[in-house]
Amino acid sequence: MDAHILKKLVDDRAEKRAVVLATRLTDGIQKLLYPPEIKEEKWLIEVASEVLASDKGRVVEGPDGDWFLNPFNPPLRLILVGAVHIAQPLARMGALSGYDVTVVDPRTSFASAERFPDIHLLTDWPDEAMAALAPDARTAVVTLTHDPKLDDPALQAALRSPAFYIGALGSKKTHAARVARLTEAGIGEQDNARIHGPVGLAIGAKSPAEIAISIMAQITETLRK
Amino acid sequence: MSDPATNHDNVLEEAARWQAEGRKVALATVIETWGSAPRPVGSQLAIRDDATFVGSVSGGCIEGDVVTRALDTLETGKPEVLEYGVSDAMAWEVGLACGGRIRVMVEPVKG
Repeated sequence: MDAHILKKLVDDRAEKRAVVLATRLTDGIQKLLYPPEIKEEKWLIEVASEVLASDKGRVVEGPDGDWFLNPFNPPLRLILVGAVHIAQPLARMGALSGYDVTVVDPRTSFASAERFPDIHLLTDWPDEAMAALAPDARTAVVTLTHDPKLDDPALQAALRSPAFYIGALGSKKTHAARVARLTEAGIGEQDNARIHGPVGLAIGAKSPAEIAISIMAQITETLRK
Repeated sequence: MSDPATNHDNVLEEAARWQAEGRKVALATVIETWGSAPRPVGSQLAIRDDATFVGSVSGGCIEGDVVTRALDTLETGKPEVLEYGVSDAMAWEVGLACGGRIRVMVEPVKG
């Protein structure tokens, strides 16, 4: 790999730009591809789009030999609504699992840099924050506040998005009340069913860190299975 | 968080940092897997000229050999594709105990 390609690849990753590194295996020639931008042969761009969409690299037989296409998508995102105790270990576990983590909470005593070192914090109201963050199919959203004023608008925004995982902290009873409120607000049964509530895998988690593990495990299961 | 111990996914960033420090660097990338392979296609290892490495291309079974072969490419200047299969423990062969088979590309970073 030429040093300038390595540098460009690292820059693309820092700027969260999707890119495919294509390598011709017969001689090691390399190209960076940015679909849908078409600067290379059509077949190469088509396969590049496909590996980005599936997030899986593969070897393809080209007219001029075998090529290996390796996709570098921007990181998965994890949006946590509620800078509560559980959010502290969960934000760190999310970051460790490769997610770009954002914690949303308008209560600045909760969303403080002391409580969340190195984590991106947003102190906007959840509906504004969610509009700005625009969750996509590579985003997980978890509400943790227990406060309907904060959780519900975030959930409604998440349900309007293609987020691959939506979770809401709260007991079965709390969740039933939440679903009733969301139904009242016009959310359909199918949409409400997208919410993982009570959130997390049932592993008997008690402490905030254990609950964070159960949530991170459920997000991983949803992503990978 | 630029500590390599916590930044285990930032293999390319580490490679670029070593390169910028004037070190010689090689990369190894899993390009194909069959059966039960420990790390998916695209997994990478960055290797510095003193054999320090970050990342992984297996569960640790073949890294030793991959590091050696990657360092060889610093001499030849040419990329290579290596193949690893089921290990034969009796023969002390380098391989994958899990029964999978993988192909790994090793390449030098050229300044």
